Amino acid sequence: MRLTCPLCGPRDLREFYYYGADTWLRRPAADAPPESWDDYLHLRDNPAGETRDLWYHEAGCAQWLAVTRDTITHAVHQVDLVAAPKGGVK
Amino acid sequence: MGPQAKGVEMRYSGFRVITQGLFGNTGWKPAWRNPAPKAEYDAIVIGGGGHGLATAYYLARNHGLTNIAVLEKGYLGSGNIGRNTTIVRANYFLPGNSEFYSHSLKLWEGLEADLNYNVMHSQRGVLNLFHSDGQRDFFARRGNAMINQGDDAELLDREGVRRMVPYLDFEQTRFPIYGGLLHRRGGTARHDAVAWGYARGADQRGVDLIQNCEVTGIDLQNGKVTGVQTTRGAIRAKKVGIVVAGRSSQVAAMAGLRLPIESHILQAFVTEGLKPVIDQVVTFGMGHFYISQSDKGGLVFGGDLDFYASYAARGNLPMVEHVMEAGMTLMPMIGRAKLLRSWGGIMDMSPDGSPVIDRTPVDGLYIDCGWNYGGFKAVPASGWCMAHLMATDTPHEVARRFRLDRFATGHVLDEEGTGSQHNLH
Repeated sequence: MRLTCPLCGPRDLREFYYYGADTWLRRPAADAPPESWDDYLHLRDNPAGETRDLWYHEAGCAQWLAVTRDTITHAVHQVDLVAAPKGGVK
Repeated sequence: MGPQAKGVEMRYSGFRVITQGLFGNTGWKPAWRNPAPKAEYDAIVIGGGGHGLATAYYLARNHGLTNIAVLEKGYLGSGNIGRNTTIVRANYFLPGNSEFYSHSLKLWEGLEADLNYNVMHSQRGVLNLFHSDGQRDFFARRGNAMINQGDDAELLDREGVRRMVPYLDFEQTRFPIYGGLLHRRGGTARHDAVAWGYARGADQRGVDLIQNCEVTGIDLQNGKVTGVQTTRGAIRAKKVGIVVAGRSSQVAAMAGLRLPIESHILQAFVTEGLKPVIDQVVTFGMGHFYISQSDKGGLVFGGDLDFYASYAARGNLPMVEHVMEAGMTLMPMIGRAKLLRSWGGIMDMSPDGSPVIDRTPVDGLYIDCGWNYGGFKAVPASGWCMAHLMATDTPHEVARRFRLDRFATGHVLDEEGTGSQHNLH
């Protein structure tokens, strides 16, 4: 399994730190009810099949990546930057 | 309802082994029946792995419930119970975990006599190495917690460790060995035999073990369980237990539940058979490595998760390399051993590293999950407590903290103190 970083190209798995499902991107408001925080911190869809999760390119461009991939085959479908590039970078 | 089906009866003994040997081993019978599912049971256990079979066994043995079925989508013991590193121990620290694993170890110690089945339980000792003063302090504290629980622990200094395992590299530059915490009652067992022993014991008490029967739906009516849909037809039951490890999220979703579980891959490895060389379980936590030697002679060892969510039942090469490096760092003598095979199990990782044995918000639906990568040693107590829960509708004393709602209420059991990230436990 290799990930194609949008900035660095295809890279070895060891360059990345895995964080978990992209649920982490949907942080509840500070005054959200406890159930929302439980859901955010603990509960997971945990799909057998296509998932979208967060990887940090620790030994590369230091960007957070949202990876769409298959948890059964390890096929990687799409890798997106979590943060939109600033300035004129495309 | 007709009379209970009677399981296959045959008591195993040394005498029988000898007489069978004399007559060409032609008198052995299958260890359990292969029944077709009935239309209705008093209780259903989904999952014919170690925990599910143990649950069924103790439902029959401890609570007299015999009109029950275990539904297994493959063959019995085809999941993690048939592919693990077989370590049995009770060296936990937190109240909640401590008494549970202590109970499990006591059940292990009587298991073979209870099941009339040789599970090759071997109390060869588990040695956890430490590599700094701070780690020594923590291990001393953990050892005291184990002794307070009524189990055993001994803190060894470097020379004490050297006497037991002289072949370790004590002077490695990164993690020199300062000593170890020795748990003499810990050890290993033959993993398949545990599943087979429980299966046979349950079958003898009338439990129907139904293989090649995948649950495809859970039937609910007014918030209550009424049965399950399977690839072999609908089966009614007022009580259903989900005991499916890495597939917990999928099965629970059939009842509309979303679990605090993320499924991860854990790899392990076996070498070719060698003469006896490693007499106990040795763990090298700093290198994410642990090793023992099976009775067949193969070195059995593993490391950490691959760290990404996966159902592939196979891992990637970076972790293979990392585990080999850690093994070579700790015990260079194994460098010439040839690796025979590796495998990857699907681990039901919970956000605090501890399991769940609890009711669900659905009446009559129970769940036993979240075993992370420590489920094997827990099999007896997990089955014992899950059976208690399903039979009496109250949690067993030693599993009372394994609540499904503990994450919402903040009563987490985070043994390693790593926070609510599923892959860090």
